[in-house]
Amino acid sequence: MTDQAYNFAYLDEQTKRMIRRAILKGLAIPGYQVPFASREMPMPYGWGTGGVQVSAAVLTPKDTFKVIDQGADDTTNAVSIRTFFERTAGVETTTSTEEATVIQTRHRIPEDPLTEGQILVYQVPIPEPLRFLEPRESETRKMHSLEEYGLMHVKLYEDISRHGHIATSYAYPVRVEGRYVMDPSPIPKFDNPKLAEMEAIQLFGAGREQRIYALPPYTQVVSLDFEDHPFEPSKADHPCGMCGAKDSYLDEVIVDDEGQRMFVCSDTHYCEARQSAGHKGKDAA
Amino acid sequence: MTPLLSVYGISKRYGPHIGCAYVSFELYPGEVMGIVGESGSGKSTLLNCIAGHLPPDEGKVVFDTRIEGPKDTIAMSEPERRMLSRTDWAFVHQHARDGLRMGVSAGGNVGERLMAVGERHYGDIRSKATDWLGRVEIDASRVDDRPTTFSGGMQQRLQIARNLVTGPRLVFMDEPTGGLDVSVQARLLDLLRGLVRDMGLSAIIVTHDLAVVRLLADRLMVMKSGRVVEAGLTDQVLDDPQHAYSQLLVSSVLQV
Ligand SMILES: Nc1ncnc2c1ncn2[C@@H]1O[C@H](COP(=O)(O)OP(=O)(O)OP(=O)(O)O)[C@@H](O)[C@H]1O
Ligand SMILES: [Mg+2]
Ligand SMILES: [Zn+2]
Repeated sequence: MTDQAYNFAYLDEQTKRMIRRAILKGLAIPGYQVPFASREMPMPYGWGTGGVQVSAAVLTPKDTFKVIDQGADDTTNAVSIRTFFERTAGVETTTSTEEATVIQTRHRIPEDPLTEGQILVYQVPIPEPLRFLEPRESETRKMHSLEEYGLMHVKLYEDISRHGHIATSYAYPVRVEGRYVMDPSPIPKFDNPKLAEMEAIQLFGAGREQRIYALPPYTQVVSLDFEDHPFEPSKADHPCGMCGAKDSYLDEVIVDDEGQRMFVCSDTHYCEARQSAGHKGKDAA
Repeated sequence: MTPLLSVYGISKRYGPHIGCAYVSFELYPGEVMGIVGESGSGKSTLLNCIAGHLPPDEGKVVFDTRIEGPKDTIAMSEPERRMLSRTDWAFVHQHARDGLRMGVSAGGNVGERLMAVGERHYGDIRSKATDWLGRVEIDASRVDDRPTTFSGGMQQRLQIARNLVTGPRLVFMDEPTGGLDVSVQARLLDLLRGLVRDMGLSAIIVTHDLAVVRLLADRLMVMKSGRVVEAGLTDQVLDDPQHAYSQLLVSSVLQV
């Protein structure tokens, strides 16, 4: 049941129009951070208010909505956002990646390839990839507009000089269509290759920082690197303990009081679907 | 010979105050120009106007660019000027922390300009950075240390390495030895003199310290209240100053 005290999807129509304009601008200039007037949402910053506002602006009554947090549909954060849109928009919700038309995510891209017609909405804490070395907003804006991106490589240089390799494993910076450098939000670098040429629309919302950016379908996205230290998506050298998948991103979980560990898919829907189809890992009951 | 830099009638006011007024001069390749004058005489204002850090109210600054020849750097587009700032030009600040990234290793500081102009081979960048640390007498073992762990003199030398690594043709320096101990100053001056000679650098050096210009500058401009009151070959101006103010400036040093 829709809660009648709210407009559809909580935000008023004017606010949604303003956010949609920012989204359209973002799609027209892939990777460019579009400022928008972020609204107070009935949840704290850090709970994905940027993503929630983007989802609110793109949801229609016919949509089927899925929320994942680190790949899981059942964390407190994911459940509360899913419940929020069930109440305020009355949309169907699902845990299935294929059935969903809009997926809001924190820190992961689903393992199943997304397709045309789907929208992936990322929650973004810090949209500015240059912030690490240049705190002045006036200066980073100029660097983007003049394509002065040497500083991004200074960050990677520092990584190699300290660790012997590029140790950045989350929020790994990318160059979009040879133009804007973009922070893909704190997804693991394992997911970076999925950003590229994705069939679905990708939208990024930062609430506290009031920025929206986007990747239209089939966009070229390249992870930054050095010639002698090429980008390598990380991969655990184990299969999933539950479903045996060898191609998925794994979380390490402690399974008993003795500290026994197990590696399982971080994408819970992917893992469960594989188990239902009869795949079995070495730790499965 | 075409001048490397031609400065025409540069003026800058701060409200009713004069920063500098109607300064013109030419700098030829390989030449070092010293600018001296008491505190508040407009030296930094002039330097910042020429280097593109401050928009002058009037005047032109024409630089002989590698590709297109002489161009007015004040009239050129901002991207073009910023590109010049990280390739053919260099700026050494009085306070090393204004010219360094204090949160980045020495190697990263030196490598930044290389990466800014598109170098993408880590090993090459690192070996060039290490080589430059050696040229400014910083031990190669410090390449991964942050400048916060360096002494004032080392920080200043690191700033110089960071600026010279891309082989600039013109270096601006504002009081490069200011704030350092006398013995540290002497070593830095020696180093600077060696680099200027070896690289055939052209430079504009602002300083209070007549010993600095005596050692480094071929020519000298004396500034007072924003204007150039005397200009000429360094030895001539220092040994036989014509303007009363220059005489005062020189004699006040002799008294020390
Ligand atoms: N941002 C500013 N706003 C107003 N007045 C300024 C500003 N900067 C400099 N001035 C004034 O302009 C004049 C020239 O200052 P400038 O800093 O160029 O002198 P300087 O010769 O570099 O002095 P110092 O040797 O102390 O560094 C001084 O009268 C100074 O007070
Ligand atoms: Mg000054
Ligand atoms: Zn699995």
